[in-house]
Amino acid sequence: MTQPLLRVENLQTHFATRAGTVKAVDGVSFDLRRGEILGLVGESGSGKSVTGQSILGLVDPPGRIAGGRVLFDGEDLVTAGEKRLRAIRGRRIAMIFQDPMMTLNPVLSVETQMVEAVLAHDKVGRAEARRRSRDALGRVGIASPEERLAAYPHQFSGGMRQRVAIAIALLHSPDLILADEPTTALDVTIQAQILFEVQTLCRDTGTALLWVTHDLAVVSALADRVAVMYAGRIVETGPIADVIQAPRHPYTRGLLDSVPSRNRRGVPLRSIPGMTPSVLDLPKGCAFQPRCGRADAACAVMPELPENGHAWRCWHPHDADARGAAA
Amino acid sequence: MSAAREETPLRRLARDFARSRVAVIGLAVLVLVMLAAVFAQVVAPQDPYDLAQLDIMDSLQPPGTAGGAGWTYWLGTDDQGRDLWSAIFFGLRTSLEVGILATLIALAVGVAVGMLAAYAGGAVDGAIMRLVDIQLSFPAILIALILLALLGKGVDKVIVALAAVQWAYYARTVRGSALVERRKEYVEAARCLALPHHRIMLRHLLPNCLPPLIVVATVQVAHAIALEATLSFLGVGVPVTEPSLGMLIASGYGFMLSGNYWVALFPGVALLVVIVAINLVGDRLRDVLNPRLSH
Amino acid sequence: MIVFILRRLTQSAVVIAAMAVLVFTGIFAIGNPIDVLISPEADEVERAAAIARLGLDQPMHVQFARFVESAVGGDLGTSFVHGVPALGLVLQRFPATLELALAAMLLAVLLGIPLGLWAGLKPDSVAGRVIMTGSILGFSLPTFWVGMMLIMAFAVQLGWLPAGGRGQTASLFGVQWSFLTRDGLAHLILPAINLATFKLSLVIRLARAGTREVALQDYVKFARAKGLSPARVVGVHILKNIMIPVVTVLGLELGSVIAFSVVTESVFAWPGMGKLLIESILQLDRPVVVAYLLLTVLLFVVINLVVDLIYSMLDPRIRLGGGRA
Repeated sequence: MTQPLLRVENLQTHFATRAGTVKAVDGVSFDLRRGEILGLVGESGSGKSVTGQSILGLVDPPGRIAGGRVLFDGEDLVTAGEKRLRAIRGRRIAMIFQDPMMTLNPVLSVETQMVEAVLAHDKVGRAEARRRSRDALGRVGIASPEERLAAYPHQFSGGMRQRVAIAIALLHSPDLILADEPTTALDVTIQAQILFEVQTLCRDTGTALLWVTHDLAVVSALADRVAVMYAGRIVETGPIADVIQAPRHPYTRGLLDSVPSRNRRGVPLRSIPGMTPSVLDLPKGCAFQPRCGRADAACAVMPELPENGHAWRCWHPHDADARGAAA
Repeated sequence: MSAAREETPLRRLARDFARSRVAVIGLAVLVLVMLAAVFAQVVAPQDPYDLAQLDIMDSLQPPGTAGGAGWTYWLGTDDQGRDLWSAIFFGLRTSLEVGILATLIALAVGVAVGMLAAYAGGAVDGAIMRLVDIQLSFPAILIALILLALLGKGVDKVIVALAAVQWAYYARTVRGSALVERRKEYVEAARCLALPHHRIMLRHLLPNCLPPLIVVATVQVAHAIALEATLSFLGVGVPVTEPSLGMLIASGYGFMLSGNYWVALFPGVALLVVIVAINLVGDRLRDVLNPRLSH
Repeated sequence: MIVFILRRLTQSAVVIAAMAVLVFTGIFAIGNPIDVLISPEADEVERAAAIARLGLDQPMHVQFARFVESAVGGDLGTSFVHGVPALGLVLQRFPATLELALAAMLLAVLLGIPLGLWAGLKPDSVAGRVIMTGSILGFSLPTFWVGMMLIMAFAVQLGWLPAGGRGQTASLFGVQWSFLTRDGLAHLILPAINLATFKLSLVIRLARAGTREVALQDYVKFARAKGLSPARVVGVHILKNIMIPVVTVLGLELGSVIAFSVVTESVFAWPGMGKLLIESILQLDRPVVVAYLLLTVLLFVVINLVVDLIYSMLDPRIRLGGGRA
C-alpha cells in the first residue's frame, strides 16, 4: 500500500487557560490519500477546526500542539521549523476559512492579496503573478476577472469572496486543501454551487480535501470518507456510505437523526438530548455518556478506535442494520 | 451570579480592587500624600512661607546639607533658603486643593448639564452636545490659557478655568449612561407614577451613572493637577504667594542651568508620584466598576 | 468624492462661524473690550479716540459685523508691545512651531508604531510589559518637567545638546527652518523629544490595542496560511489595518501638539507662536492673543478636514462606500 498524503497520529492540541488545560484535540488520528475527500464532522467546540489549524501549525497561543505527529508526505509538520512550514503553507497545503467576510483583508485589494500569495512561493515577475491571479479568478467562475482584481473585498458578495479565497487556495495547485466550514456562512444556493465547483476543481487537479463542517448533509454529498468528532476525539470513521447508512456510534446516529432532510414528513425532528459538554469538565471515559441512552458502567473506560475501515469508539454500538430497519 | 454570599456592593468593590497589588500601593501612596498635604503644617520641619524661619545663608544648599537650625535639608534648599522637603508638603496642599476643587465644581456642572441633556432630549440635547463636542475638539491647555488670559491670575481663577475645561467630559459621560438608563423600565415606571422630574433624575438616574463618573473624575483630578502645574509653570496659574508644585518647579527653572538641579527635580518627582498614584487607582477602578472596559 | 469634500467644507465653515461668535462673545461680551483692544498704557484722550475708532460705542450686532469684516480682511489689531500687526507677528512665528510639531509627530509615529506593534504581538513578554509601563509613565509625566529634566541631563550635565533656541536656520521656500542645518537639528532634538513624549504614549497604546485586535482576525491567519513571511503579515496585513485609527487620532492630535508646543517652546526658549502667546498673555498684549486664537481655530478646522481626506484614502470601505453599492 502506498504511503498516505497526510497521516495524523495521536494529535494533541491543548489550550492553557486560567481555569485549566483545555484538551481541544485529544488524540486524533486519521489518514488522507491523494485526491481523497475526507469530511471531518462535529459540533462547535468538538475540536474539528483546531485539528485543521494544527496541521499547518496555525494555532494561536495560548494553544499549542502538545503531542502527536502530522506526517505530510512522510515529513512530520509538528517538529518542522517555522520556515519549513511557511514553504508548505499555501504551496502544498492551502486553507479556506469559514467566514468569507473575515478571511480577506479589508484594506488590501484583491490583486495585492493574490499577487503576494503567488510571490510568497514563486520567483516570478509582478506581471506574471498578476496573470496567474487573473486566471485563478476566472477558474472559480468570477466574471471579468481583469477588472475584479483591482477591487476591494467589501465590493464582493459573500459567495464571491469565498470564491476569491478558493482561487487563492488553488493558486499553487496544492496537494491538500484544508477547508474549515467554507460554505456555512453562505446562502443555500450559493453553498451548493461552491460545493459543486470545489468538488470538480479537486477532482480535476487531484487535490485532496479535508472538509471540516458541522453539516453531515454537506459531507454526504461531497466526501469519500467521514470522521465524526466529539469532545476532541474521533468517535466514528469510515467510508461515507457505510457511516450514513449504518451509523454505529450513538452520537453519529443522533447527528443523522437531527438532519431535517432525512426525517420523514410529519415525523418530529429528533435532537440529541443534553448539551455539548464543557471541555474543562469531561466525564471519565467516553465523553458522550451523559447524553447517551445506552451508557452504563462500561463507559467509564474510553473504548479504543480500531484502525481501518468503518470503525467506532463505543462499547454499545447500534446494529449495522438498525437504521435501515427504522427508516 | 449567586445570591448565596451576603456581600454589600461596596465590600465586593473593595475586594475586587484589592486584587491588584499595584493599585493598592497606588491607593496607599495617595492616602499618605493627602495626609501629608492636609497636615503640612505639622509634618513639615519648617514653615517655608514664614520669613522668620528662613535663613538666607542657607540658600541653594544641595540635598543632605546640615542647616543652621540644627536639622538637615534632605532635599536641599531654594534661593530663599527654603527647605524643599517642607516646601513640597505645602506645594502639595495647593496642588491637591486646586485639582480636587476644580474637579468637584466641574463634576457638579457637568452632571447637571448632562442630566438635563439626557432628560430633556430633542433640541436641548442637540445644542448642549454640540457645544460639548466643539469644546472637546480643542486641547484643554488652550482653553485654560485663553480663559486665564481673560480672567487674570489667582487660585480661584485657576479653579474656574480648570472646571471650565473639565465639565464637558462629565456632561458627556452622564448623558451617555443616563440615556441608557432612561430607556429602562424602572424609569418608565417612575414616570408613570408621576414622580417629580428632579426626583427621577436624582434618585433613579444619577446613582446608575455613578460608576463611570467616578472613573472619569479620578483620572480628571490627575489631569487637573498636571494642568495646574503647567499653567503655573507658564506663569499664568497660581500666584507666588501660594506656590503649588508647578510653581516650585518653575522657580527651579532658573537655577537648573547653573547645575542646581534639586530645586526643580524633587517637586517634579512629588508631582509625578501623585499623578501616577491617581492614575493607577483610576485604572483599577475602571476595571472593577466596568468589567466591559477592562480590555 | 467631490460631494464628500463639499459636505466636509460646509461643516468646517459652520465650525469657523461658531468659533468666530464665541471669540467675539469672549472678548466683547464677557471681558471688557476696552481692556482687550486698547493698550493699558493709553491715556484718557487716546482711549476715547480708540473707542470711537473701534466702534465700541456701537450696538453689539454692528460691532460683530465690524469684527468679522476686519478679521476676514486679516486685520486683528496691532500688537501693543511690538507695534506691528498682530496677525503678521503670529504668522511669522508659525514655521518654528510647525517644524517642532511635525518633528514631534514624526518621532511619535516612527517610535510609537513599532513599539506598539511589538507590545501588541507579545503582550506578555518582558519587552511588552516594559513598553506598556513606559507608556503609562509617558501619560503621567508633565511635559514641562520632562523638558526641564531633558535640559538638565543632556544640556547641563552631559553637554551633548544645546539647552534652548532654534540654532542656525536655513531658508527653504522663503521660510527659515532649523532642520536644514546641523546646528539647527541639534537644537531641534530635545524639544521634539519633549513634545513627542505624550503622543508617543498615545500612539503606543493605539497601536497595541489595534494590533491585539487585528492579530486575532481570520484574515491574519489566512495570510499566514498563504505562506507569507511574518514580516509581510505584520508589516502589511496588520500594519495597514492599525494605521487607520492611528492616523485618524494622530491627525486630530496635530492640533493639540501645536497647542501643547506652548509648554515645550517656553521650556526650550523655542521662538514659535506658542512662546509668543505666553509672552503676550503675560504682557497683556491682547490683540496678539486674539490673533493666535483665531489662527489656531482655523488651523484646527483645516487639520480636521485633511485628516478626513487621508482617512478616506486609507480605508477603501469609506473611499468607495459612497460611490458604488
